[in-house]
Amino acid sequence: METDLTYVKNLMALATGDEKHDTSAHSTLDVLWVLYDRILHYDPAHPYSEKRDRFVLSKGHGPLAFYAILAAKGFFPSSALKNFETWEGFLGGHPDRNQVPGVEASTGSLGHGLPMAIGIALALRARKSDRRVFVLIGDGECNEGSIWESILLAGNLALSNLTCIVINNHSSTLSLGNLAEKFTTFAWSATTINGRSHTQIEQALSQRDPQHPTAVIAEIAR
Amino acid sequence: MTISMRDQMVQTVEDLFAHDERVALLLADISAALFKNLLHTPRAFNLGILEQTLIGVAAGMALEGYIPIVHSIVPFLVERPFEQLKDDFCYQRLGGNFISTGASYDYSTEGMTHHGSGDVQVLRSLPGMQITVPGTASEFDHLFREAYANGSPTYYRMSFSTNPIEHPVRFGKLTVVQQGRAATIIAVGPALARVLPATADMDVTILYCTTAAPFDAETLRAASQSNNIILVEPYYEGVLVPDIIAAMKHTPVRIETIGVPHQVLSHYGTPEQHDQSISFTPQAIRRRIERFLQL
Repeated sequence: METDLTYVKNLMALATGDEKHDTSAHSTLDVLWVLYDRILHYDPAHPYSEKRDRFVLSKGHGPLAFYAILAAKGFFPSSALKNFETWEGFLGGHPDRNQVPGVEASTGSLGHGLPMAIGIALALRARKSDRRVFVLIGDGECNEGSIWESILLAGNLALSNLTCIVINNHSSTLSLGNLAEKFTTFAWSATTINGRSHTQIEQALSQRDPQHPTAVIAEIAR
Repeated sequence: MTISMRDQMVQTVEDLFAHDERVALLLADISAALFKNLLHTPRAFNLGILEQTLIGVAAGMALEGYIPIVHSIVPFLVERPFEQLKDDFCYQRLGGNFISTGASYDYSTEGMTHHGSGDVQVLRSLPGMQITVPGTASEFDHLFREAYANGSPTYYRMSFSTNPIEHPVRFGKLTVVQQGRAATIIAVGPALARVLPATADMDVTILYCTTAAPFDAETLRAASQSNNIILVEPYYEGVLVPDIIAAMKHTPVRIETIGVPHQVLSHYGTPEQHDQSISFTPQAIRRRIERFLQL
């Protein structure tokens, strides 16, 4: 289903209350839109179908773009966005898989989603599934030790069904240097793209290295 | 011939692996050599020394329908990845099995970084976390088979020290060892080996606890003939006091707690020397009971 990005932005405007994470929500918007519009295999009517690709929003913060895209794609009614972060709603400040259809893993505390995505990728490999696992982390999240444990592990395991998207909106307090080079050193296939260019996003996410996990560093001007 | 809990763990996990395709094993180097028969299979992994990621990866496999079994030494299975246990398993309501080795000061020569006296106390704070404290190898096997696939995160506290006598145990249930009038003594896991000789001629109820959470309040209420309750735990003392108070609600009770004291243990030596140092021997426990009951 083709989705108009303007429609997604209008859905995001329905939700208020998380202005502190506005930058975070908008930094992921283009990547998530291309991912759900052109890359992922899924069926909102059967959100847990074995045939689906998996996506984990590791950083959890600023999930509004994620929620708006899930609503636009039919996982739940778009009217739910009006109750974002309210007592009556089920769309919290960090996504809860037990409440939100289409959310694979509950996240929010930084550094948890990538390890879980590795577990999902290992499970799919054990079942000989050809489905892919995508996980989105933030550059600030790359300060967490568990992220580097996981990058080391996924490279060692040669998890070719795993793609890690790093939204680099330069929010990290620490200098991260050249992230693509770092991933490559840990036995990943890595590329750096403009995180607002839908053509570059689609091209990078379509590719799958048959021997290594894939990292896509999506640069976002702050 | 009796075997250690650790060897029993390997036998039990190997057997379940052969019969239940949902079972997956995840290690962080500890005991990797013992599991060499499984580590070549697609459902068993030695991930290396990265315990936060270890628990997260296990949660990812649980999200896909596997029943993960994770094993390491207490501080590296419980305390370092505590937030992963909390968020990834308890908050997500995922089933998983966490088997520790090195209870309290089992690794007595290694110093406090390798001690594990605080595990039950911190895990008790997690909603939905089940906690078992087997006293023998066969009790470990029994409890594990009962609980491993029940859909909740479950901790199994293995220890080097074991009870000399087997008792019939059921997950989530206290075992009534004997009944008496002067006091009710709750002995947790391998503490029973100290409690039985300490109370040999005493008119007391002895309840054997191998599941710390969920705590069997019903049996405590039904079996207790006294308001004097003595809790003997092989980890930091007093962890189950809130459960006892909740079980005996509206009934005034006197409680004595015996276990590992909240202090830094700076000596090395043997576990038996630590037992002597903190008065966790049958003789010392008897003196504490006699003082409490003013005998």
